[in-house]
Amino acid sequence: MTSHIIGDTGTLTGRSLRHIVRSPDTILTTVVTPIALMLLFVFVLGGAISTGSHGSYVDYLLPGILLITIASGVAYTSYRLFLDLKGGIFERFQSMPIARSSVLWAHVLTSLVANLVSIALVTGVALLLGFRTAASVAAWLSIIGVLVLFTLALTWVAVIAGLSAKTVDGASAFSYPLIFLPFISSAFVPTSSMPGPVAWFAENQPVTSIVNTIRAVFAGQPVAGTLWIALAWLVGILLVAYVLSIRIYRRKFS
Amino acid sequence: MITQPAIEVRDVEKSFKDVPVLRGVNFEVKAGSVFALLGSNGAGKTTLVRILSTLITADSGKASVLGFDVLTQPLDVRGSISLTGQFAAVDEVLTGRENLVLVAKLRHLPNPRALADELLDRFDLTDAASRPASTYSGGMRRRLDIAMSLIGNPPVIFLDEPTTGLDPEARLEVWQTIRRLAEAGTTVLLTTQYLDEAEQLADRIAILHEGRIIQNGTLAELKRLLPPAKVEYVEKQPSLEDVFLSLVGKETR
Repeated sequence: MTSHIIGDTGTLTGRSLRHIVRSPDTILTTVVTPIALMLLFVFVLGGAISTGSHGSYVDYLLPGILLITIASGVAYTSYRLFLDLKGGIFERFQSMPIARSSVLWAHVLTSLVANLVSIALVTGVALLLGFRTAASVAAWLSIIGVLVLFTLALTWVAVIAGLSAKTVDGASAFSYPLIFLPFISSAFVPTSSMPGPVAWFAENQPVTSIVNTIRAVFAGQPVAGTLWIALAWLVGILLVAYVLSIRIYRRKFS
Repeated sequence: MITQPAIEVRDVEKSFKDVPVLRGVNFEVKAGSVFALLGSNGAGKTTLVRILSTLITADSGKASVLGFDVLTQPLDVRGSISLTGQFAAVDEVLTGRENLVLVAKLRHLPNPRALADELLDRFDLTDAASRPASTYSGGMRRRLDIAMSLIGNPPVIFLDEPTTGLDPEARLEVWQTIRRLAEAGTTVLLTTQYLDEAEQLADRIAILHEGRIIQNGTLAELKRLLPPAKVEYVEKQPSLEDVFLSLVGKETR
């Protein structure tokens, strides 16, 4: 029956993508906050922030904004997963001769598609605000690669939340700290401007290395060290969240 | 000729935390018959159905469907059954037709669209086929739910309280559907808390009480358990259900 896993995942992904197409507000609410933040920082606060780099502030800002977009987007994955569990549809799927893991994979792939659309929209607004990059096609692809990894890692965290939540609000509440994390990182201001312990936290949490990597690639600068730290965080979070999700899933529905 | 029972349950026990829900349940269901599990809320009916449909595992005992063990051959069991749970398991965002096509695709059947159209017609949902299921009435939703369960003609069907929460008309429609299934030779395991439902539909009735089957027999056998009926002359008043149904223009059976 494992031979059906790809076909079943495709069928179920088609189903949840339909959900997104029929309620496009899930994409809009995902991008509204990051775009508002971007406007706020570019036109209100940014003038007073000295980044120490020569590009415009929106160039400095965009990587962190993209991460915030994804962090708020994955909340919909736990929300949709939770609703499937609450309604009877999940049990129907489980009692059918399908590859069981395809139910989770469908939600993960849907999250990937939805977040890529959100990222494209936010990047489009950034371009209107004056974002410019000399990044080559290969550089763009590597940035998209990092963002895909980030989305997958956070989506599996969202799966944990969706599987273990007791209420709808609980299912999406996990994303608030994730949205907040970029503020205590190099996403908006250089970490060197922060007081000691805060700076230490900011420098050693995952968002900073990911933001610095994307920023450097956009600016055409070398990324060597920070890229490996970022990849280690991303792959680490992805693996831990994936293993935990599968374990919770097996324990609840075996 | 002795044929293998369609469903076999032997000494099945299940506890949640320290609360025993099933304490050694035994019964079998003959292929092609309608078997009703009658019990009040909390008697363990749903737990039993969930074990038989491989959603949860029993603590001890054996259960099999068409000879496939639910523990060791869950995929074969899932290929032979269909579950209609207590709450209509339809995708509210998708239309009726899309719901049916989805299930047909997941069952890897050829021509999902043709199958969907056939079931829409059979369940009187053709007019509503292109509307999202969230706009359906309770009865329509239940019909769609059962239609989804029938895709691929599974030989064994579990119906967990199929008429709970339905109005009398919708209830009669569901009864009709179950009768047609039985005529077509499908094995039906039905759970219900309504005595008349078991009486109307089932070939055999088992009473599940506090985690045990306390009686199991045909309606006639169960009736013999009580002292013989006395003959009394009582004026037959129409029941409220008769009144309601004649006013809204439906026949009782």
